[in-house]
Amino acid sequence: MTGIVKGLRPLSGLAAGLALAPVVAAGLMSEPAQAQDGSVLRIVPHADLRNIDPIWTTAYITRNHGYLVWDTLFALDENLEVQPQMAEGYEVSDDGLTYTITLRSGLTFHDGSPVTAADAVASLRRWGARDGMGQKLMSVTDSIEAVDDLSFTITLSEPYGLVLDSLGKISSNVPFIMPARLAETSPSEQIPEVIGSGPFRFVEAEWQPGNLVVYERFEDYVPRDEPASYAAGGKLANVDRVEWRYIPDAATATQALLAGEVDLYEQPAVDLIPMIQADPSITVQTVDPLGTQGVIRFNFLHPPFDNKYARQAAMHAVSQADYMYSIMGNPEYFEEFCGAYFMCGGPFETDVGSEILRGQDLDRARELLEQSGYDGREVVILDPTDVPVAHGQALVTAQALREIGMNVRLAALDWATMTSRRAVRDAPEDGGWNIFPTWWLAVDQLNPITNISVAASGDTAWFGWPDNPRIEELRDAFARETDQDAQRAIVVELQEELYDFVPYIPTGQYYQPTAWRSNVSNVLVAPVPFFWNITVD
Amino acid sequence: MTDRSHDRLQDPPLSARLTENAVAMADALRRNPTMLFGLVVLTVMALLAFGAPYFGLPEPMRQSPIDRLQDPSAAHWFGTDMYGRDLLSRVLHGGQISLVVGLSVAAMATSVGLVIGLVAGFNRRVDAIVMRFMDALMSIPSILLAIALVALWGSSVQNVIIALTIPEVPRVVRLVRSVVLMLRDQTFVQAAIACGTSTTRILFRHIMPNTIPPLIVQATYICAQAVIFEAYLSFVGAGTPPEIPSWGNIMAEGRMFFFQNFGIIMYPGIFLAITVFAINTFGDGLRDSLDPRMKRRI
Amino acid sequence: MFAYVVRRLLATIPIMALVAVFVFMLLHMSPGDPAVVIAGDFASVAQVEEIRTQLGLNDPLHVQFLNWAAGLFRGDLGTSIYSGLPVSRLIGQRIEPTFMLTLTTMIIAITLAIPLGVIAAWKVGTWIDRAVMTVAVLGFSLPVFVLGYALILGGSVRLGWFPVQGYTSIFTSFPGFLRHITLPALTLGLVYMALIARMTRATMLEVLNEDYVRTAYAKGLPTRKVLIKHALKNAMVPISTTIGLGLALLIGGVVVTESVFAIPGLGRLTVDAVLRTDYPVIQGVILVFSLTYVLLNLLIDLTYVLFDPRIRY
Repeated sequence: MTGIVKGLRPLSGLAAGLALAPVVAAGLMSEPAQAQDGSVLRIVPHADLRNIDPIWTTAYITRNHGYLVWDTLFALDENLEVQPQMAEGYEVSDDGLTYTITLRSGLTFHDGSPVTAADAVASLRRWGARDGMGQKLMSVTDSIEAVDDLSFTITLSEPYGLVLDSLGKISSNVPFIMPARLAETSPSEQIPEVIGSGPFRFVEAEWQPGNLVVYERFEDYVPRDEPASYAAGGKLANVDRVEWRYIPDAATATQALLAGEVDLYEQPAVDLIPMIQADPSITVQTVDPLGTQGVIRFNFLHPPFDNKYARQAAMHAVSQADYMYSIMGNPEYFEEFCGAYFMCGGPFETDVGSEILRGQDLDRARELLEQSGYDGREVVILDPTDVPVAHGQALVTAQALREIGMNVRLAALDWATMTSRRAVRDAPEDGGWNIFPTWWLAVDQLNPITNISVAASGDTAWFGWPDNPRIEELRDAFARETDQDAQRAIVVELQEELYDFVPYIPTGQYYQPTAWRSNVSNVLVAPVPFFWNITVD
Repeated sequence: MTDRSHDRLQDPPLSARLTENAVAMADALRRNPTMLFGLVVLTVMALLAFGAPYFGLPEPMRQSPIDRLQDPSAAHWFGTDMYGRDLLSRVLHGGQISLVVGLSVAAMATSVGLVIGLVAGFNRRVDAIVMRFMDALMSIPSILLAIALVALWGSSVQNVIIALTIPEVPRVVRLVRSVVLMLRDQTFVQAAIACGTSTTRILFRHIMPNTIPPLIVQATYICAQAVIFEAYLSFVGAGTPPEIPSWGNIMAEGRMFFFQNFGIIMYPGIFLAITVFAINTFGDGLRDSLDPRMKRRI
Repeated sequence: MFAYVVRRLLATIPIMALVAVFVFMLLHMSPGDPAVVIAGDFASVAQVEEIRTQLGLNDPLHVQFLNWAAGLFRGDLGTSIYSGLPVSRLIGQRIEPTFMLTLTTMIIAITLAIPLGVIAAWKVGTWIDRAVMTVAVLGFSLPVFVLGYALILGGSVRLGWFPVQGYTSIFTSFPGFLRHITLPALTLGLVYMALIARMTRATMLEVLNEDYVRTAYAKGLPTRKVLIKHALKNAMVPISTTIGLGLALLIGGVVVTESVFAIPGLGRLTVDAVLRTDYPVIQGVILVFSLTYVLLNLLIDLTYVLFDPRIRY
């Protein structure tokens, strides 16, 4: 043995040994060669697509994926009105209890099977079991039944003002229509396959979680004739292929856009915008005209924030400007002040009661804290350090509360861990929490029903579990009311109660810009990034 | 002292060995200017880090969002970060965490490794079991193990120190064990065994002192590596709590601004590189003077 | 030799078993509940419990372990909690970039480091030696991400020679592969080079003092021949050991480098999985890394035969 190899030069032996390994590696590769013909839209999405089932998760990234692959019965247009999408039309019985919905004919799923009423019924049932607004609708629904191949009925047990608003819900969880065989999957399990009837097909073989998601145009998609408007209107797939290339590092992603390695960057960090704008071949624009609301959420189960004076103290101690400067930096991208729980610029905007939030008043805050009987105990703020918007809010809150004499501990963790820790009801010292930061898109916050962080139904409320029967009464009244003026009156009353009760602190309203290169045109203005309509040269 | 000189001839007591090493070190410092350089730089870094609270700088965690991302000025020598915090103050305070992490990891890894290594080297049955565990532990890439540990236990300085210590232990154990194995068969140890000296006494009196010089050298390398690994952990999001300034945290938070506000990465980067460079240089000098024959062990 | 290889291969089995037990225990004894994350924002306690049952998280620990271990023997590493894809597929997708990055780095580092180390040892005490050693110590005093960003700034942004991020498979386009791999491999190569150059110098210094080297010189053999044929060849055993052990360090650097250059490799897969507590993926990747490390070091042990005819197995 030694004699044979003796003549070899030292390093070549090592190299030869190592050279064996690529063969092994090649054997393990399952990736097919990529077809690069035709037009490709290369996007840096705001997050990695981890889950493919938009009913199973509320993650915005999965919702955006859903819009490429699936279609909806109804859809919201830019006037915030619900329009038929897959539906040809609908009828409501005179008593307002029976909705009959008819599908457009000729729609097919990506596997070639036709879209039928049975698919719609099964899809709505699964969505209704999982989504907050869907659950509310199901609670007043007696039955959903197919009438024939293309029509089905929803029968209510009592009048309900938000049936179409629910079916045309634009954000998570969107009631996408899936083939019945997939929609019959248990709501707590992910669907095994991605088959929809939307304008693009999901290319499962090329999916690399953490890196790449690929969609191809679905040739048999039948778009509506109306022009695209938010989620409504004709969805024209103008590119052959959409590629999501996830780049977690903001600086790297920005450079990739500048170098032309990608075409569109969904959520560039505002601090990097000046660098992007310096390149004349790149357009920077806010495509979501409604914006986003920052949220500081309290835990109502444990002191000190089980007491409303402590929550009011916190609200007096903070300033929206501090939050907005630390998470957005550039005042071009946020409102100087927004005191509306249901968003500025939305149909239910009002500033009633917001004085407590407008002027930072540390003395008043200290008084209220005193009144709450705060005993100097440690307050735990969850601090998801991998999400700048949340991390910035945690830091600002911590400083404000320390300013008024609270003993604050920032518990650093990552977003995924936070989503499990915020569900813990135990005391903060036993692994629970007092405050966590988050944010919601305006489309999710526009009214008291979709805004789940104002819900105050105790045990069944969103994390933090506030309990306030008066708020729930007003929300129910809102849901039953069908007249918008009357709804507005309810919202004014509700918001007054909210500023007294403080279920959360709205930390401001900001607008996320999107950037794309000059080869991209016709990007839709909408609260959700839609990838139809876009053309690429 | 004179009546015990007989004893010392055979095997000097630990205190004497340590004094001997200390003398050798002092001597080495005189003869070895690079080692002196390393020590001086380290001392300056430590003074800057631990003296930082007394320099009249703004609080390192004091935010002022309106003053964010400022360029260096008279008020903020290094400028400010994205939350408007004073970067100079953060970088100086950051040295505390980095040095504490580095030193604690080095101290803990060497002391735990020393005990395990001594026992393993002297007891064949323990050795067989312990070394398999050490082999297994060593085959897990240390940074991955540390990332996993911090991510799972939650981020705190304490957890970072433990997470960085665990992967270092097997290397120390191997080093100590190799010294023990070498000494076990030497005459003076065999003689001690023959005289009925207890195992503990042999281990601590006769064998341990010989492991000290290579261990000290090893400790400096572990320390240098721990300072860098702390930065890696923060960089991937599994480090010390970001609110506490450490060089790794400052750089991790500043990575987004690399192309515009280069200082946020550059200043802590320079401090870190200088510190690690100084520790390594000091370690190299130590190695040359304590044990010229000893090779660099990883 | 054959018997030795078989013996060493068999010896890796208990090591890998221990790694498996260790990793499993580590994950399952940590706080954090994937079921809650999976259940989503509106889940009730009952739903979370249902998911826990589905995932088998309510089974006793040893049952969970045996199920997992049984899967391993069938080559089944489990299914990612998040993506629902088989872990083996996720790893398979990521092997090439990591492997090629490691290999390219090693090639760069070794071809640079060994000559540098030899020269430093040959010119010991001169300014050449000091310069090489200063660069070497600096090399592993810099965090790789600082170096990586600096190279992106210089090589991609200013000069525009290299892409900023990403990876192109060597099987798709070789020039594309080279363009993508150069900067990351240089970044990592500098650190790894520093390590090997130091070791080469140290070992060479020792060897150069040996009698046979002096004899060779005395015989009037040219310096080059003495350095390479006599000294370096004998120094290669400890140098290859360093290369092997340094792999652990290299893998740490790979994790960070992959995230700076957005390379879809195993390092990023691990970090993502860790941050999301995706247990099956973490377990799978750590096992694969450990196995690679153990096997590569075995391979390196075997190459000793090449360098030192006295070693026989």
